[in-house]
Amino acid sequence: MTKPHPYRSTRTALCAALCLALAGPLAAQTTAAPAAATPRPQLVPVFAPDAALLAAFGGVPGITRLTADFADRLRADARIGHYFEKTKLPLFKQQLADQFCQVLAGPCVYDGDTMKAAHADLKINRADSLALVEVLQTAMDQQGIAFTAQNQLLARLAPMTREIITR
Amino acid sequence: MALNPRYLRCLPALAAAAALCMPALDAHAETGKLRLTGGVSSIDGAAGGGLTPWGVIGTQATAGQWGASAFVTQANTPGYQLQDSGVALAWNERLELSFARQRFDTRANGAAVGLPGLVLQQDIVGVKWRVAGDAVLDSDLWMPSVAVGLQAKQLDAGGLAPTLAALGARRSGTDVYVSATKLFLAQGIVVNGTLRATQANQNGLLGFGGTAHRAYSLQPEASLAWLLHRTLAVGVEYRAKPDNLNPSLLGAGLKEDDWTDAFIAWAPTKHVSLTAAWVDLGRIVPAVDQRRQRGGYLSLQLAY
Repeated sequence: MTKPHPYRSTRTALCAALCLALAGPLAAQTTAAPAAATPRPQLVPVFAPDAALLAAFGGVPGITRLTADFADRLRADARIGHYFEKTKLPLFKQQLADQFCQVLAGPCVYDGDTMKAAHADLKINRADSLALVEVLQTAMDQQGIAFTAQNQLLARLAPMTREIITR
Repeated sequence: MALNPRYLRCLPALAAAAALCMPALDAHAETGKLRLTGGVSSIDGAAGGGLTPWGVIGTQATAGQWGASAFVTQANTPGYQLQDSGVALAWNERLELSFARQRFDTRANGAAVGLPGLVLQQDIVGVKWRVAGDAVLDSDLWMPSVAVGLQAKQLDAGGLAPTLAALGARRSGTDVYVSATKLFLAQGIVVNGTLRATQANQNGLLGFGGTAHRAYSLQPEASLAWLLHRTLAVGVEYRAKPDNLNPSLLGAGLKEDDWTDAFIAWAPTKHVSLTAAWVDLGRIVPAVDQRRQRGGYLSLQLAY
């Protein structure tokens, strides 16, 4: 089991949240449109709009409900809740909502840290990541999101795991 | 299909073993894999589908953890009954050690060859090492979870032993296999392919090799599963087998067929899975019993 880590800043806590983190700049370079003037790396891989998938999550309001519940469950989780003890929940929930919404090709933009930067100090392992997936599945079940739609979101978030697992 | 009472006697022991593990789990909360991602217990003891091993490591253990599992399985076909039980240990989602004991009751067919009450018993010690890939966390990559394994099998053929010796079949043998498991997460589909080098006749229950066929042969095996829910999977399997005892002293009387099954696996909790299947084991000793051996299969696994 992981022990609580000394770093407790909002930034590190945010990361812990997304085991499934955002793709790093490298992934962004291959997937983002060639917007030469973009001053910062693309944080979320680009997916084609899929109205049915977005609707399966209840649109932006549904995603906001999901991520709020997800964040609360993460903090309460016996396995990985310690990563979120100092997290500023309102900001964290908003960033999660923006990120999920953008991954689902909704009308949102995530503008937090890259997942790699956000999780760099946390020493997150595979067990932590799987626990996070499980918490997310439970939150999605709670929102009544169809299993097939759940798997599509998880598949889109999956590449982020490699950004955040550091041990 | 009723579970043999002998199996029900095993259950308290399994439950006790489970209870012993509980305090340790409570101490550091519940970790481990997502349900069903470690497969179930195959008849040879390795984590996988019902008839074939998968390229994943069993039990609930993930990074840096030890895990254990135990199973009981029974399959009933028109002419035979297989009772199977075993345990597995796993470390770090890397190494898996397993033991399985198969009891193959020949029922009326044993009596038909003058060996009433004949039970073939086989012990299988398995070791599996995951060499590459992660089926779950790296499901977005094309690289599957790949494992290599050994299964050392020892047969106690009872009164049939002299016959097997006359056929040139040895009493022990070792299978070597490589398995690759790929999860297509967005689609909820799991595919496994296994290539097994083996000399086994009917998985070893009729010994290893024969007078006419001594060499190892490579046999493909495949599983296709569809995840309906976090706790539920359905699928089909196919396992090719050698046909070393055909022809033999008995002509085509020991011809063997490939195996198939269709299964449903349910994991009501992270620690329990129940698998029900319909299996087609083809003909088994058609000299005595011409029927295709089709029937029910039920398996219970506890995993920590």
